[in-house]
This record gives sequence, structure tokens and C-alpha cells, in this order.
Amino acid sequence: MIHVEGLTKYYDEFCAVDHIDLDIKGGEIVGLLGPNGAGKTTTLRMLTGYFQPSAGDIRVKEHSIHQDSLAIKRLIGYLPESAPLYKGMLVYDYLEHVARIRGLDGAAMAQRLFELADMCGLRGIMHKTIDTLSKGLKQRVGLAHAMMSDPEILVLDEPTSGLDPNQIVEIREIIRKIGEQKTVILSTHILSEAEATCDRIVIINKGRIVADGSTQELTSGKDRQGRVQLGFMGASTEAVVDRLKGVPGVSAVTPQTEEAPGLTRVQVLCQPGVDARPEIYQAVKATDWVLVEMNQEAQTLETIFRELTRES
Amino acid sequence: MRQALLIFNKEFKDYFTSPIAYIVIAIFLAVTGWLFFSAFFLNNQAELRRFFTLLPLLFALVMPLVTMRLFAEEINVGSYELLLTLPVTFRDIIVGKFMAAVAFAAALLVPTLSYPIFISMIGDLDWGVSIAGYLGALLMAAAYAGVGLFASSLTRNQIIAGIVAMVICVFLAIVDQMLFFFPQSILDLVTYLSANAHFTNIAKGILDSRDLLYFLSVAFLGLYATHLVMEEK
Repeated sequence: MIHVEGLTKYYDEFCAVDHIDLDIKGGEIVGLLGPNGAGKTTTLRMLTGYFQPSAGDIRVKEHSIHQDSLAIKRLIGYLPESAPLYKGMLVYDYLEHVARIRGLDGAAMAQRLFELADMCGLRGIMHKTIDTLSKGLKQRVGLAHAMMSDPEILVLDEPTSGLDPNQIVEIREIIRKIGEQKTVILSTHILSEAEATCDRIVIINKGRIVADGSTQELTSGKDRQGRVQLGFMGASTEAVVDRLKGVPGVSAVTPQTEEAPGLTRVQVLCQPGVDARPEIYQAVKATDWVLVEMNQEAQTLETIFRELTRES
Repeated sequence: MRQALLIFNKEFKDYFTSPIAYIVIAIFLAVTGWLFFSAFFLNNQAELRRFFTLLPLLFALVMPLVTMRLFAEEINVGSYELLLTLPVTFRDIIVGKFMAAVAFAAALLVPTLSYPIFISMIGDLDWGVSIAGYLGALLMAAAYAGVGLFASSLTRNQIIAGIVAMVICVFLAIVDQMLFFFPQSILDLVTYLSANAHFTNIAKGILDSRDLLYFLSVAFLGLYATHLVMEEK
């Protein structure tokens, strides 16, 4: 559906997006994740034809952004961050204007406006001026704008930023409903949101893709280094560190501060892709230490995100 | 073309949903009406010449007010992004907005049609000259609108857009009265740049292709420059 190759964007000297390659299949809900300033919005803006890429190509179906950006714009519905709509217009007038530009007319247009009003919950506010609306309502008008022509691809830039928890749930439900049939690309820096709504997560940092996969794939990834917490009684810290260092699959052992007398706690960092717990158990079994604690630290999206996007 | 018409439609309606349009029209009518009729009866001539001599400078002040928001506001609010990601070309957007500004100038002139109607009742008015004058006024408005649109595309600040456009338009309007500032060698060129000189020709009832070409090329240059600015962004 969408094929991005070597996409790059420079603002003067600053490289905001650095050779991104990405393939998005039809019907996927893709979450672009990254810290502020990572290049999410810039990527989306190039995808929707608002910015010209400095280098690289975007192909949507058979159209290239360089030759036929108008055709791509027809296929994509886009909601920029914080829905910058025409303030002075009535909601109905605005949506009608967009519908006409999207090539709808007459009965088909009336029908579509009606559907969208229902879908986005705009029934009661059609006659209101846009700048009197709350942020959540504006966002819903923006969603209606994006979905006007029933586009095959929906691009949403931080669709839930600045909304209250109830509104967030509402918008997410709308997105999930749309995502049953459409390709949705959304950017966010709220991890739980990506986890809750997206089939696939792409983490961007400093203009590069640093991870790409489903939440499950990311959290159980092959090259992740597992961390195991161990607690012993009747063992000295030095002896524990010494013994565990020799265990195959262990790459580092860090002693933790002692919390109770007689209790020794260490954190073991496993080698990438290796679960060292069986080996550790065998090594400990041969001693007379009492193992009171053995915990594999769960990898959540959050720990992965922090690991990948940390300033180093 | 359909897209350009839709944008024209939206922009033109926008003028009349805010009170600013009515204020601009009211002030324009008050100023032209007062300046024109204060001397009209003294001159005892059934003609609109004095009304038309006001227009180059007045339009140079009014048209920037009309055009300044067209791009600057969209860029400032961010709706520019929405506009550009709809299936419209730069040309659709520019032509639509330009036509809206010219149409607003026409709306500004419509109430002043009461002047020739009134004059023709009390004297013998030359309708040919009057119609040529109105045509020239529209052409001049189009030229100024081109300049104003360009200024508006440069910045997100409407005030700056308005002032830049005003400086250029006022220069075009009064440059033929500042000829003593310029060296002899470029006097012809400077006179050619003057909107006032070209407009005065048309308002006399002389439809010379050079004058028409002047206004059309100023308008076109403005729109073309706007296109370049949009591409650059």
C-alpha cells in the first residue's frame, strides 16, 4: 500500500528525518512512536504531501509523491496535530466546503455528512462556530474532515494530545472502528495509546527508525537483553558475583544494595537473546545458598522505548 | 477550475462573515463620497473624474487590508497544512483567493454606482467614460490584489503582510508624482511603473492595450511570485 524509501528531510543544516525505509500493508494500524522532535510529524507531513522530501521517495499504490502528489492526496485523509481548522466557520459549512473540494456533491454529499456526523458524534454541534468548540470536539470535526472522502489511508498526527481521558477513549474507539477497514497511520508519544490501538509500532529516534514490529515482537525481541533479579540468603556478595559471572549466557552481574542483613541481591544481565535462568539455577543448586528470589524483569514497551530513545 | 471556484466561494463568503468587510466598505464609501461630493457641486461638471482620481491611492490603502489575511492567517492558524493536503493545486488556491479579493473590490465599487446614476439624473453624464473608469478600477484592484497576495504569502503576520503590500501599492500609486527624485535616464521606466498614469488613461475613456497589459502583468507577476513562495515553503 505505502512504500517509503530513503526518505530524508533537512531543515537547513538540521536533519529531521534520516533515510527512513518503511513498508505499510493495507489494513494495518501503524503507530509512529518517538520522543518529541524525533521526526514523527515531519515524516507524516511528507507522506501527506505538505512537505517536499529532501531526498527519497514515497509511493502510495502506484503513485509517487514526486510525480503525482495530487493523486496521493486524494487517497489520504489527514488530521494534523491539534486540528487547525478554519476558526470562523460553522461546523456544517466547513465540512460542506471540504466535501465539495473532495469532489462530493448533492445527495451523496448530504448522505456522507450525515454518516460522519453520526460516526464522529457531531449531531449536536453542526450549527456551532468552530472556535467555540472544545478541543475534543474540534478533534472530532478534524476526524470528520480527514474521513470525508472515505479515504483508504488515514493519517493522524497525535490524535489524542491535549484531550481528557474520556475524550481519549472516545477518539481511540473511533480510530479502532475505522482501522477495521482502513490503513491508519498515527503518531503519538503516549505508549499506552500505541499499545492499545496499533497492530504495529514503529519507533523513531533522531530521524531514524530504531524498532519496528508488533508490541509482542518488540517486547520479546530476539536481541533484547533479559535482566534477572536474584536474592540469596547465607551468601556473600563477592561469592555470588564470582560464581554467577562464570555462568554461560550471563554477560554482567551487578550487586544491589543490601536491604536486610543476611540477604544478598544481585541483578544479572543476560546475553542478547539468551534466557540464562536455567543455567543460573543449576549453578546455584551446587552451592548451599538459599535462593529466595528469582525474577525476570518484564520487558514492556516503555522499557524498550526508553532503552532505544535514551540520550547516550 | 472547480477547486479554484470552491476556494473562491469560501474566501468570498469569509469576507462577509466578519464585520471587517462592512467596516472597510463603510469607510471606503464615506471617504470617497465625502471627497468626491465636497467639490462636485463647486466644479459644476457632470463627470466622475474626481472620483476616479481618488481611486489609485485609496485602493492602494484598501486592497492590502483585503488581501493581507488570505495566506498569513492560514499559515498562522495552521489551516494552511489542511488546505495543502486536500487534493488542490497551488494554482487552484492562488486563483481562488485572488478572485475572491477582486470580487470583494467589485463589491466595494457596486455601491458607488449610485454616483453616476445620481449624476446622470441631474446632468449629462458620459456613460462610456464612466464604464471605462470602472473597468480600469477593477483592473487596478486586480493588480494590487496580486501584490497583496504575494505579501500575504511571505509571512504569518497579517499586519506585516498588510504593510508590505501597502508600501508597494502606494509606491505604484504615487510614483508618477515623485519623478523629480529620479535621474532623467530612467524617467520613462518610472512613469511606466505608475499605476496612476495607466489608470488615468483608462479613466479618460482611452482603452489602450499598454495600460491593460500593465495591470494584468502586475497581477500576474504577483501571483507568479506567490506560487514561487508556496513552492519554496
